[in-house]
Amino acid sequence: MAAHRVSPSLNRLLFAVKYASFQSGGCAVHCNAQYSTVHSPSEKTFDKILIANRGEIACRVMKTCHKMGIQTVAVHSDVDSSAVHVKMADEAVCVGPAPTSKSYLNMDAIMDAIRATGAQAVHPGYGFLSENKEFAKRLAAEGVAFIGPDTHAIMAMGDKIESKLIAKAANVNTIPGYDGVVKTAEEAVKIAQDIGYPVMIKASAGGGGKGMRIAWNAEETREGFRFSSQEAASSFGDDRLLIEKFIDNPRHIEIQVLADKHGNALWLNERECSIQRRNQKVVEEAPSTFLDPVTRRAMGEQAVQLAKAVQYSSAGTVEFLVDSKKNFYFLEMNTRLQVEHPITECITGLDLVEQMIRVAKGYQLQHKQEDIPINGWAIESRVYAEDPYKSFGLPSIGRLSKYQEPLNLSNVRVDSGIQEGSDISIYYDPMISKLVTYGATRAEALARMEDALDNYVIRGVTHNIPLLREIITHPRFISGDISTNFLPEVYPDGFKGHQLDLDTRRELLASAAALYITAQLRSQKVLAIAAITAMAHLHGYIRVEVDGGKVEVSGQWNLASPLLPLTINGTHRTLQCLSRDASGRILLQYLGTSFKVRVLSKLAAEFNSYMPEKVPEDTSSILRSPMPGTVVAVSVKPGDPVAEGQEICVIEAMKMQNSLTAVKQAKVKSVHCKPGETVGEGDLLVELE
Amino acid sequence: YSISYRVRAASAKLAKQRESHLSVKERIDKKRTAALVGGGQKRIDAQHKKGKLTARERVELLLDPESFVESDMFVEHRCSDFGMEQDRNKFPGDSVVTGRGRINGRLVYVFSQDFTVFGGSLSGAHAQKICKIMDQAMTVGAPVIGLNDSGGARIQEGVESLAGYADIFLRNVMASGVVPQISLIMGPCAGGAVYSPALTDFTFMVKDTSYLFITGPDVVKSVTNEDVTQEELGGAKTHTTVSGVAHHAFENDVEALLNVREFFNFLPLSNQDPAPMRECHDCSDRLVHSLDTIVPFETTKAYDMLDIIQTIVDESDFFEIMPSYAKNIVVGFARMNGRTVGIVGNQPKVKVYIISCLDINSSVKGARFVRFCDAFNIPIITFVDVPGFLPGTAQEYGGIIRHGAKLLYAFAEATVPKITIITRKAYGGAYDVMSSKHLRGDVNYAWPTAEVAVMGAKGAVQIIFRGKENQAEAEAEYVEKFANPFPAAVRGFVDDIIEPSTTRKRICRDLEVLASKKQINPWKKHANIPL
Repeated sequence: MAAHRVSPSLNRLLFAVKYASFQSGGCAVHCNAQYSTVHSPSEKTFDKILIANRGEIACRVMKTCHKMGIQTVAVHSDVDSSAVHVKMADEAVCVGPAPTSKSYLNMDAIMDAIRATGAQAVHPGYGFLSENKEFAKRLAAEGVAFIGPDTHAIMAMGDKIESKLIAKAANVNTIPGYDGVVKTAEEAVKIAQDIGYPVMIKASAGGGGKGMRIAWNAEETREGFRFSSQEAASSFGDDRLLIEKFIDNPRHIEIQVLADKHGNALWLNERECSIQRRNQKVVEEAPSTFLDPVTRRAMGEQAVQLAKAVQYSSAGTVEFLVDSKKNFYFLEMNTRLQVEHPITECITGLDLVEQMIRVAKGYQLQHKQEDIPINGWAIESRVYAEDPYKSFGLPSIGRLSKYQEPLNLSNVRVDSGIQEGSDISIYYDPMISKLVTYGATRAEALARMEDALDNYVIRGVTHNIPLLREIITHPRFISGDISTNFLPEVYPDGFKGHQLDLDTRRELLASAAALYITAQLRSQKVLAIAAITAMAHLHGYIRVEVDGGKVEVSGQWNLASPLLPLTINGTHRTLQCLSRDASGRILLQYLGTSFKVRVLSKLAAEFNSYMPEKVPEDTSSILRSPMPGTVVAVSVKPGDPVAEGQEICVIEAMKMQNSLTAVKQAKVKSVHCKPGETVGEGDLLVELE
Repeated sequence: YSISYRVRAASAKLAKQRESHLSVKERIDKKRTAALVGGGQKRIDAQHKKGKLTARERVELLLDPESFVESDMFVEHRCSDFGMEQDRNKFPGDSVVTGRGRINGRLVYVFSQDFTVFGGSLSGAHAQKICKIMDQAMTVGAPVIGLNDSGGARIQEGVESLAGYADIFLRNVMASGVVPQISLIMGPCAGGAVYSPALTDFTFMVKDTSYLFITGPDVVKSVTNEDVTQEELGGAKTHTTVSGVAHHAFENDVEALLNVREFFNFLPLSNQDPAPMRECHDCSDRLVHSLDTIVPFETTKAYDMLDIIQTIVDESDFFEIMPSYAKNIVVGFARMNGRTVGIVGNQPKVKVYIISCLDINSSVKGARFVRFCDAFNIPIITFVDVPGFLPGTAQEYGGIIRHGAKLLYAFAEATVPKITIITRKAYGGAYDVMSSKHLRGDVNYAWPTAEVAVMGAKGAVQIIFRGKENQAEAEAEYVEKFANPFPAAVRGFVDDIIEPSTTRKRICRDLEVLASKKQINPWKKHANIPL
């Protein structure tokens, strides 16, 4: 570690500046780019709306309801009884135990809640019952308004084969492919040859990448057909498959549409959602750096044609794949409010939830296509409780022991449904929040995002801020050179966190040393003790020498604050102190990534060289759960021989099944879990000999 | 006599004097140099090879730079048997380094046994040096830190060595409750020697290189025929998890010494000093919102008391004492608005017990900690979630009655500021024990989730409505009546029912008021705690 020297010119004023704690009460939706549409009080919609969802989206919908003077009803599972969305609502009804199938998907209980509270309309959010035609039907039967499209639109767009046929009929560009169900492997090969390789074989009822295979020749097509139909049958109970041309290295760009019940429809520009992992979006922006006005208009108009073709009303999203030559192909239509809707709100000034409510009441759209602007640039980062170092994100759970959103910064919007003390459980989506920044230009929005990520305090769960910050500062992302393969291309060996160069290493070490010195000097400031001699003073300015280079670190040192806003050699940086101990171990979050630094005095460092290295436990014989979840299957029993790579057990977490395999050839010594059991991260599952 | 002769004689005398003066100075320098290398470079290298620092290196790292003032550097042993009188067997300072210094500017006395000199064994001179600094520490009112690394008694000296131990023991006892005493075991400490650390307030150990036992593995084997390694018998793990002899273990010498420095910051210098107040960067009126939801709705579901403690205290800085022993109670030091406080809390999150019952080990652990705080003017903050004392023959046969009484005694006798927060259960006798209002608690709060009752609803209903039907209904009624803070609040047994998020703010405010608390127990020679 570097030798450090403390500047002797000092004053004590800084310590008068006390740490103002942020009160993290409730769900905050703050954005300086406020919606331009102002709800007119004379336009009556509903008296009471039930929100059939949880988390950030429930809070998001309620926020608009409050603005419009509409009473809100929350539904919740028993574990969510003190959740933010419940506190925010005027009324709340418990609809069942934790598993979603028994609560948020429990239509009977939700219908009962509607009757009991007299809600006139239901906003389904996204996921859960938002695209469930059965639910929409039942609401219609009881005369309750569904804030979303009509049943026939949900049905038409819910099936991949049918939606493609409708799109084609509406003159929407579709991916070349076979428009029917493929019956046999040989038929598949024939169709594939007609379309031209590569082709994609996928389940008609599919989603989330399940039942999807890419084939580059006849052999792979046969194999893909077999796997996909098996997987489709087991995942969706529906083994119908379709085949289409596989667009290599595409972008995922989607058009937001908004339609009313009077045949009017608008396109609200695009959202670029190419940064994905395992087919889930991570960073989105609006507009896209890739579209020119002509392409944008063409895509928008086709999206509106499709919406009109299915008599769509409410907000919806038409997803396209765009290849490198700006050819675009219809992918699917989502008949609901999308997770990433805030960025469209930022650049258009429309409150989409408000518009959905108006449309559901039967009002005509307030805007014409030419009224829809692109004002500035908006970026959204999905902040997840997951470990980005494991396949770009494996779920993590825990209690948010400290939580502070970066709302002290301007032009930052955070949509969240959690607060300090909330539990991120295995039952629901591990999203912590959607962090949206806005700027007049893309560069401005990106700079704010960097700042916002640095100022976001999340403790108690592992989160993906390291990955988010690396993405938004990556040269390829900044230049707009992205595709859906961005992550695997940029990090072929997996994400490893921020890599320090000479300068940043120096900054990090200097900051750690300065923090250490500040804490050491503070230890001498004991009041009511007369015997203190050489009392050290500090005015927040510390000069550190790292490898011969001088680094000046200054800041308002507050040892209680999780944030360390520092000026390092003239550059402003916000670091976070995650932990520090008496042995000089400091864990600092710097440029998004947390780094372990050890600071020792010269003497202690010299003595430390005599200290023996302790050998860590040999872990190759021990299989621990990489994440919290439920044990679905245990494939071995004590005494079984296992080969390297053989499946030992399967853990399901957040609806994702993970097969855990042996890292060496050995005999099973003992099994510590059984199917159905819930396990925590790091729990011992199986021991090998 | 001629004048010239006299002049000559005088100058010869002067020369001789000068010569002798120079030789004394030379001898001083020589002795000092010898003292600084203890048993010599070879033995120092051997010490380093074992992953241990030398006695002087330890002192240097423990104390502020250049603050060490050594005493008795010239003391040598006085043994003349077995060839010990020979010069090569004499080491200036003998096998211990003693003196005073400062830790973050605050005075401390320290002795550090030197394993490179006769294996750090205790001679009469060695004991005398330790006693001298202990006496001084008592006179001026400053803590004593002992760094133990000694093979045991100096066998060549026989009974003189034993007398030395006893002299130290006596001073340990006399200093007890007058100045804080800390022992850091950094090598072997066996036989009678173990009783000095045992008499001090805190015993810390270094993992893998320190041992504490009355008799070593060889004797154990010959007497009880048990095969046991040094590590299993008296290593850091044994004493911090099984026996409860040690209060904390650290990875190595460097970490141990740095941690003792940190620990020292919490302590007052003597029983005449108030608990120290350090400059605080954490707002005293900070609201802790996460606490409003920390206690689960299901009364049987666990939560981590450490989460509560860490979010309430200054800067989440909590120095836990005995973290691996009797985990159903949490004790340790923290600060509130800069002022040192002692924290005691029942721990619901314990796998072995499922519930945070009090048992023999946790009672003793808690009692000793409470008495230390009381002796040294450190306010005590108690977090209560206790369903009672642990039932069973193991506990009854082990004497839970007299051991449980220790904790009760300690809380009752304490006259320092006492603040109690009932987070959930406070059942039965355990409610009384845990710093209740009735034991002179100064401020007692209940969270809305508090339940103060004689026992859980199920058990109570079985007694009240024995043989009657509608037990479930009766249980619900009991829960309605008693499983809440009102029965205690209406009687004034808790001063207020508070929003958990305001707990820190209130404790900080109360401590300010209680700083001037004065309470004196009746005169007695000494009290008679049920040992």
